[in-house]
Amino acid sequence: MADELRNVPVPAKPALWRRPAVRSLVFQILLVAGIGFFGYTIFQNTLHNLEQRGISTGFGFLENEAGFGILMTLIPFDETYTYGRTFLVGLLNTLLVASLGIFFATIIGFIMGVARLSRNWIISRLATIYIEVFRNIPLLLQIMFWYFAVLRPLPGPRQSLIFNDTLFLSNRGLYMPSPVYEQGFWLVVVALAVAIVASIMIIRWAHKRQEATGEQFHSVYASIGLIVGLPLLAFFMMGMPLSWDFPVLQRFNMAGGMVVIPELAALLVALSIYTGAFIAEAVRSGILAVSHGQTEAARALGLRPGPTLRLVIIPQALRVIIPQLTSQYLNLTKNSSLATAIGYPDLVAVFAGTTLNQTGQAVEVIAMTMAVYLAISLTISLFMNWYNKRIQLVER
Amino acid sequence: MKKIHVIASAVTLTAVMSTSAFAGATLDEVKKKGFVQCGVSTGLPGFSSADEKGNWSGLDVDVCRAVAAAVFGDAAKVKYTPLTAKERFTALQSGEIDMLPRNTTWTLTRDTSLGLNFAGVNYYDGQGFMVTKSLGVKSALELDGASFCIQAGTTTELNLADYFRANNMKYTPVTFDSSDETVKAFDAGRCDALTSDQSQLYALRIKLGNPDGAIVLPEIISKEPLGPVVAQGDDEWFNIVRWSLFAMVNAEELGISSANVDEKKASTDPNIRRLLGLEGIKGSGLGLSDDWAVNIVKQVGNYGESFERNVGAGSSLKISRGLNALWNKGGLQYAPPIR
Repeated sequence: MADELRNVPVPAKPALWRRPAVRSLVFQILLVAGIGFFGYTIFQNTLHNLEQRGISTGFGFLENEAGFGILMTLIPFDETYTYGRTFLVGLLNTLLVASLGIFFATIIGFIMGVARLSRNWIISRLATIYIEVFRNIPLLLQIMFWYFAVLRPLPGPRQSLIFNDTLFLSNRGLYMPSPVYEQGFWLVVVALAVAIVASIMIIRWAHKRQEATGEQFHSVYASIGLIVGLPLLAFFMMGMPLSWDFPVLQRFNMAGGMVVIPELAALLVALSIYTGAFIAEAVRSGILAVSHGQTEAARALGLRPGPTLRLVIIPQALRVIIPQLTSQYLNLTKNSSLATAIGYPDLVAVFAGTTLNQTGQAVEVIAMTMAVYLAISLTISLFMNWYNKRIQLVER
Repeated sequence: MKKIHVIASAVTLTAVMSTSAFAGATLDEVKKKGFVQCGVSTGLPGFSSADEKGNWSGLDVDVCRAVAAAVFGDAAKVKYTPLTAKERFTALQSGEIDMLPRNTTWTLTRDTSLGLNFAGVNYYDGQGFMVTKSLGVKSALELDGASFCIQAGTTTELNLADYFRANNMKYTPVTFDSSDETVKAFDAGRCDALTSDQSQLYALRIKLGNPDGAIVLPEIISKEPLGPVVAQGDDEWFNIVRWSLFAMVNAEELGISSANVDEKKASTDPNIRRLLGLEGIKGSGLGLSDDWAVNIVKQVGNYGESFERNVGAGSSLKISRGLNALWNKGGLQYAPPIR
């Protein structure tokens, strides 16, 4: 027996190229090297070609004076600032319209999504019509509709529609008074911050107490009281340190105050309404995904309809809604680049438009612009994934 | 679509560029494909605009036609690519078009950092302002605080900023991609004034709902020499474009027009005989047939004919020759001699 065992030939170690582990490693290295080489070749080829054609390269142009004006800037800008600054101006304008758009689209979407499920025939039909109409018309057309058909025909600045002597609406935009903060206003800001922190602490404390003793506390009313009351108190204590700068009609335009330019308004309305229709469907699907048994169980436990929706249905529906919401937010942000069609000075119009044209550095400018959209999208995505994890079902 | 266009051109720049260009390559390529690919505006009456049948005409278009006449002996062998101001340079850099006569201002930056060469000046222009009559404005210096409709990616944007900075005035720029959108915005009252090269102002005024309600202010705030552009690095092609333009100017100076070019072949004037390829260097310097200039004059006309037909007395623009008269008639149009 022992002899036989000894005689069984020990299988020779397979040759190096036949070992699966080695083979897969080799192929992976080859693949990475191949991709790397491909990228490197394109990069070198581009540089070589640009140089041979006498096209300047590099990011030095960002330091040069831009020499052109921009319609709307959130940070100080005039023609003496650099091309790098035009990048910032465009980026901020994009972020502004994207964040406002996300805010309004979410509100519209949630209201319309719930409305479509309403038992009231009129409300649910109206919501259906809204969703089906705005979801199925191309966004660019909607932007143009709001800009050219709705906002363009408004009267000129001298015939502005005036509301209450404070709001002036014309084809130059909506002018409104802007707040002027005087000395002592800082206390109001501090009071607001204190109130917010205190509210958070009260809500936490109330939550803990309810878990421990079952006693409820009206923390919502308490927080609202704090957040409204404390800053108001500070405001009157400091002798009302706030005045308003009213817009005044000058020879050509209104001057002073704040203005919402029609380009921003049209883009914002179109983006919010268009994306809102998609979000409404996401919300509806989320709510429908929670089985009716959940509602019945909540009722059986004696919960009223309000708390049933708030504590039982929505937390479960959110798990279905959030991933869809994420992609809608990403779409909205990327769609905001259609701004260039109506002259809203977003990143694409300002930086990938005028700056690109004045400097001629297409490769650098387009690369930077694409990188920015990628970064914004990834940030939104990361945040939403984090939020999604947080609200996932926690198994105990 | 515009964004896609620019990106596509940028990608072309990165990847394919080594395949085209360099010394003589453009002429060979143009001959091979059988037409000149010409970048023009998206519609600017008098300079480059298409009629309802899609036929392009204009002062800039005539430069393309002259080049086609010189290369093929047939001015019709041109294909047009309408480009916005933003798209034009990328289209030329990437080799998508062979030449760009698109009311483009010759500046140092453009000439040196874009990989382009300006082949000459076919229109001497300057930036001006157009306002509605009802504003009662008589001079650009009264425009403090006004808003301006501008086309994005033009020298106009820069000149406007300079002018207002120099005069210590404030303005609001409202920029659009195409000149069409720009003029529509002005028409709708989105801005108080439209600013552009003065020749364009006259051309765009025709597009207004009520052309008589707008006036062009007298101030010219910049020098705008407009001319055809070619990609850098192909001197032979550069020469062909440049001398096609010079041939038109020289023909006007020598009194040769599309009507009399055949009679002039009998002329004994050596200047005329050299232009018509009957003696001297003929077409060999440019690598073209000897009758290259004859074809240009016969099919496109001399510079003066082209001017009058497209923007001058024979057109709806009625622009006077002004700076664009020949040098010996008090203008700036001057072409080096053909000899």
